Amino acid sequence: MGRDLAARLLARDRAAVAPALNLVDDHRPEARREATAVLAALEEKVLFGGARRIGLTGAPGAGKSTLLDALVRRLRSHDQTLGVVAVDPSSQRTGGALLGDRMRVRSGAADPGVFIRSMAARERLGGLAEAARASVTILAAAFDVVLVETVGVGQSEGEVADLVDTLVYVAQPGAGDLVQFMKAGILELPDVVVVNKADLGLLAERTANELKAGFGLGERNGAWEPPVVLVSARDGTGLDELETALQGHLESLTAEGLQTRRRRGRDASVRKSLERRYGSHGLTVWGGQAKLAARLADERDPSGFALTETLGREIEAALRTTETSP
Amino acid sequence: MNDATRPERDRPWVFRTYSGHSSAEASNALYRSNLAKGQTGLSVAFDLPTQTGYDSDHPLARGEVGKVGVPVGHIDDMEVLFREIPLDQMNTSMTINATAAWLLALYVATAERQGVAADQLRGTTQNDLIKEYLSRGTYVFPPEPSMRLISDMVAHSVNAIPKWNPVNICSYHLQEAGATPVQEIAYAMANAIAVLDAVKARDDVPDDVLPEVFARISFFLNAGIRFVEEICKGRAMTELWDELGRDRYGVTDPKLRRFRYGVQVNSLGLTEAQPENNVIRIVLEALGVTFSKKARCRALQLPAWNEALGLPRPWDQQWSLRIQQILAYETDLLEYPDLLDGSHVVEAKVEELKKAAQEELDRVLAMGGAVAAVENAYMKQRLVESHTARLRAIESGELPIVGVNSYTETEPSPLVGDDDASILKVDDAAEREQIERLNAFRAKRNDADVKAALQGLHDALSNGENVMPPSVRAAHAGVTGGEWADTLRKLFGEYRAPTGVVAREAQVADEANQQVRARVVACGEKLGRPLKILVGKPGLDGHSNGAEQIAVKARDVGMEVVYDGIRLTPGEIVQSAQDEGVHVIGLSILSGSHLVLVLDVLEGMNKVGLEIPMVIGGIIPEEDAKTLREAGVKRVYTPKDFDLTRIMGEVVDVVLASAGVG
Repeated sequence: MGRDLAARLLARDRAAVAPALNLVDDHRPEARREATAVLAALEEKVLFGGARRIGLTGAPGAGKSTLLDALVRRLRSHDQTLGVVAVDPSSQRTGGALLGDRMRVRSGAADPGVFIRSMAARERLGGLAEAARASVTILAAAFDVVLVETVGVGQSEGEVADLVDTLVYVAQPGAGDLVQFMKAGILELPDVVVVNKADLGLLAERTANELKAGFGLGERNGAWEPPVVLVSARDGTGLDELETALQGHLESLTAEGLQTRRRRGRDASVRKSLERRYGSHGLTVWGGQAKLAARLADERDPSGFALTETLGREIEAALRTTETSP
Repeated sequence: MNDATRPERDRPWVFRTYSGHSSAEASNALYRSNLAKGQTGLSVAFDLPTQTGYDSDHPLARGEVGKVGVPVGHIDDMEVLFREIPLDQMNTSMTINATAAWLLALYVATAERQGVAADQLRGTTQNDLIKEYLSRGTYVFPPEPSMRLISDMVAHSVNAIPKWNPVNICSYHLQEAGATPVQEIAYAMANAIAVLDAVKARDDVPDDVLPEVFARISFFLNAGIRFVEEICKGRAMTELWDELGRDRYGVTDPKLRRFRYGVQVNSLGLTEAQPENNVIRIVLEALGVTFSKKARCRALQLPAWNEALGLPRPWDQQWSLRIQQILAYETDLLEYPDLLDGSHVVEAKVEELKKAAQEELDRVLAMGGAVAAVENAYMKQRLVESHTARLRAIESGELPIVGVNSYTETEPSPLVGDDDASILKVDDAAEREQIERLNAFRAKRNDADVKAALQGLHDALSNGENVMPPSVRAAHAGVTGGEWADTLRKLFGEYRAPTGVVAREAQVADEANQQVRARVVACGEKLGRPLKILVGKPGLDGHSNGAEQIAVKARDVGMEVVYDGIRLTPGEIVQSAQDEGVHVIGLSILSGSHLVLVLDVLEGMNKVGLEIPMVIGGIIPEEDAKTLREAGVKRVYTPKDFDLTRIMGEVVDVVLASAGVG
């Protein structure tokens, strides 16, 4: 069934998307085996191909869902099909979560060209990156563009950056001065910065200028300097510029750069998954980071999901050996 | 005692009954019979398509036409609604908000056709969008253009319809959404300030007219069962309004600073269990808003005893009208000056309410006023918190409600039969007939006139001109409500208000809650992933308080909740349930359109081969509940099911049974 599901997704069968997402979320052993098979089959095709992936991150209240709604509308008007993953935090105490983004993205309601899956971050269970990566892989097979929206809190921007080709940071006017942006580490990751609620006028412009100055200070690899775009999702101001910026970033990447970036994202996710499951001890017993780097560089294994399982089995074997040896 | 020997009495308030259903024809007959029984004003209930600017044949109108009120789509409907009711002698309150300018235009045009000039018209358009965003949910446009439409209507009517109350600031729905008296006072005042400031900023309203504008702002209050506090609330608002007029707007004439308000007695507090007890509640609540002469309401509408069961019949409404007449004509209430003046206890309570309300009002003003506090969800979150606290108190029994969480032993009520005969049923043919009338109307009108009128409306609005004159022209030309609203939607866009469901979590979880939480976790383990539920409201009913409480509660017992909000089509719900991979769907419908909408969702799921169990909440008569269960709905909840923890436990049962892993 796993292979069949993958084939249906690659044939862009919309009805296969929800069952596939349910499957990769299922933690029961038989489901996990099947999920790995589906994801491995998909990744062969979409690791370097498939949909363009765009991430939206930013502080709560920055207007991410409103911007997402505007972006969905925009991309739909160019006849692109869209898969959206919207991540909301889970309650630390009860594990419950309120996922309200779907309501804010009305442009996708009852449009078969838009698929929205809300996800709880399940922080206390760990592994958001892994779950989100699985979802992105599925959506990337079935749609033209994948959008990932998350609340940016600390590390999660980094995790989203590993998932997407272009990371958009949504800043709120007056959210802070340059020093605060630098402290939050958000000057290193984003490829495009949106200052939302541009209808706030001067305040928004000042924030935009602070950010522009920040990017001028360097700290980044490569030639791409992130454009800072003023957008008002409310009245549509700046959406043209945002589209141009997104397109500009895609072109600046070039085919080779895109491959490198996706490979780096895959590698980071395999490393994080293994570290989370087996700890640095497990990795060391098996052979350490150097061995991992070598295995990751091995071209024969494009699927990160399959590779994680394979390496996981090796690590488990190595751990058993150390435990049984005198 | 004959009239000659009776002491002089105050003139009573205006007696109204909030009513309207099925069609203009049927509602006109109802109004005329109510007036014949001694009702002194009219209160028009419009159906949801009319309130949200959709013609009766729009897909979103399906199941809603003529349900919670009368459908008025065009000038012919309005003329029929007021046939043989001379508008120069009537005092009409219209519960209409997003499309208020349009309904007022239809009313003015109808009056003109009756030979009555606009300056003779008396009445009220509710026209309060802030509370629509916070509670009632029939908003259409974003806050900014909504405030512009409101201020247009104020600026227009102060000259052209001077006896009309263009805005009725509602704290009624805030109380329904959970507001404490302090919040009710503070948010109503913040709301009025937003309107007045918007009018004050206009070029076409000279400063010397501002006192008249201030005097035209009226209020619409709720009267709850804590009637002593409600009396004090009325007095506190009377004083605050007077001070606000004097200090903020420089209104020197005290007469223009009078706090004028109408009341609908609290419908939400009426119980489905032992419904006859509601009559006593209604009497006490009516007393609360009439007792103190200084803070006496100007108009009163009482709900019927059986509103928690379904739509009231004419006899049920008559019973409520008689309460008003007995209070006003039989008792000696109207023979005395203010009965509470000089009461230290009342004075102290009023001061306490004023002080706390002023503090909360200052907080809202500091964040930019009522519009800002809607957009940043501050007010909504405070309301959801208060509401959650109230529901918890009912659940725990701390807040006693007779017949519901205490004294539940009862004899069978002779007023309620087994066959749902004790409520009004809207004829299923009403929607079809209304659409037929709409099509006939469209066929006979002059298309060129309609096109020109719509273009005129569009141009006037784009040029920043007042919405009223081109709307009255459109009414005469035969434009429909859907066409009018679509023109505005294109210019202004549509809006989704923040939900406030991010509200703080329950800090204390009692044993029952913890048990359900543990069952939710165990259920998730069996399912392979955490229990995921979709909560939403199909149709046009925007009363989202119940759905929001369910969503918050589900989150608090550990479920992953996709909250889809209001105004969903059955197709959207099916797609949402499928795409989100939920284990169960919970829908809330209060407008009485549950049969059509739920059956449509079930059919839609069937079509795509989706098997997800569904539970429903709403004002659903037992006969309908039976139909729904037979069609496959797993549980049907009505207002008597106040124990949310128990409901959550049953949702887990439903999911386990459907997944076959129980």
